Amino acid sequence: MAAELEPPYLHPDYRSTVLRAPSRPLLRLPEEWFHTAPGPAFGRVPVAPGDANLTRQHAGEPLGERIIVSGRVLDGDGRPVRGTLVEVWQANAAGRYVDAGDDHPAPLDPNFTGAGRCLTDGDGRYRFLTVKPGAYPWRNHPNAWRPAHIHFSVFGPELASRLVTQMYFPGDPLLPLDPVLQAVPEQRGRDLLVSAFDLELTEPEWALGYRWDIVLRGRAATPLET
Amino acid sequence: MGPRPLPTPSQTVGPFFGFALPFPGDAEAAVLETGALRIEGQVLDGEGEPVAEAILEAWQGDQFARCRTDPEGAFHFLVSKPARAAQAAGRRPAPHLELTVFARGLLRQLATRIYFPDEAQANAADPVLALIEPARRGTLVARAEGGVLHFDVRLQGAGETVFFAL
Repeated sequence: MAAELEPPYLHPDYRSTVLRAPSRPLLRLPEEWFHTAPGPAFGRVPVAPGDANLTRQHAGEPLGERIIVSGRVLDGDGRPVRGTLVEVWQANAAGRYVDAGDDHPAPLDPNFTGAGRCLTDGDGRYRFLTVKPGAYPWRNHPNAWRPAHIHFSVFGPELASRLVTQMYFPGDPLLPLDPVLQAVPEQRGRDLLVSAFDLELTEPEWALGYRWDIVLRGRAATPLET
Repeated sequence: MGPRPLPTPSQTVGPFFGFALPFPGDAEAAVLETGALRIEGQVLDGEGEPVAEAILEAWQGDQFARCRTDPEGAFHFLVSKPARAAQAAGRRPAPHLELTVFARGLLRQLATRIYFPDEAQANAADPVLALIEPARRGTLVARAEGGVLHFDVRLQGAGETVFFAL
């Protein structure tokens, strides 16, 4: 079953889970009562047309390697999820977040905030223009570094389809050392979180392309449409 | 059709979402006029310490509210109390809000519900509450305190909130 590819709540290698993972078994509700109930109506979250371009939110251009990140949001049957909200956030090219809580001594970039939003199109596709985030240290264990990643939040149509996750980059030597990614059981599960470099998506003399599809839960065992 | 694609696994929201996920007026799904309710509470860890790096989403029907916890782990929502849902398949759910919790240290979101304290009769007939051992049912029912409702989310340990398997 697909559920095995989800990380457990308790994964002691990621230290913060130790006091935050529920200790009691989760209550399993019948599918039709809960999982297939409609998800949040996200219409109040403001989305402006320029929000998908993270390189044009300030007077100048951000430093770093310009990248296009694009892919499709699909349901559990492989069908496109249209018009759903995708939110992203990330560190800048130096590995520093704008967030006031980030005290990593790497420079902030006055031309980069690192937050974007868009709605998927008629094919379920999203597309962001941004810069490649840097790796950064954290205090989980001695000499701990998070691999470069972009945070994603996706809604989808159902309660069960709500997903917050992280997209990683191919070939990153930090991937096998990261307890957050390694909390996902099985290599094939972790592979689902790693984007692919895509020359077709790459824009000549402009930006490298990374493709990453997102598959939401839900719509399982839906009868075939005729 | 080909094989079903594998669902993308979840990862933590991390600590640094505060510049991205909040939006103006995010916690207020209703205006404070007749009928709007203020729900407030704290997110607490297994040692009873506040969880400052959490973001909660409450919704029901067309209502959607999002609130980031403050340094004391506190959050609040302004919502309209949902109507009691129509009977379906012999079940009559009591009015409630769906509540989702994301936080640093949660590799996947937690899902629970907020029920209302002035609906004792409806709550007693609610099919989801009926699945919970009586001693823990109260973790899903808000407390009336003055003019507001209070609902704490205890992630672990004594008084642990009942969460649903996703």
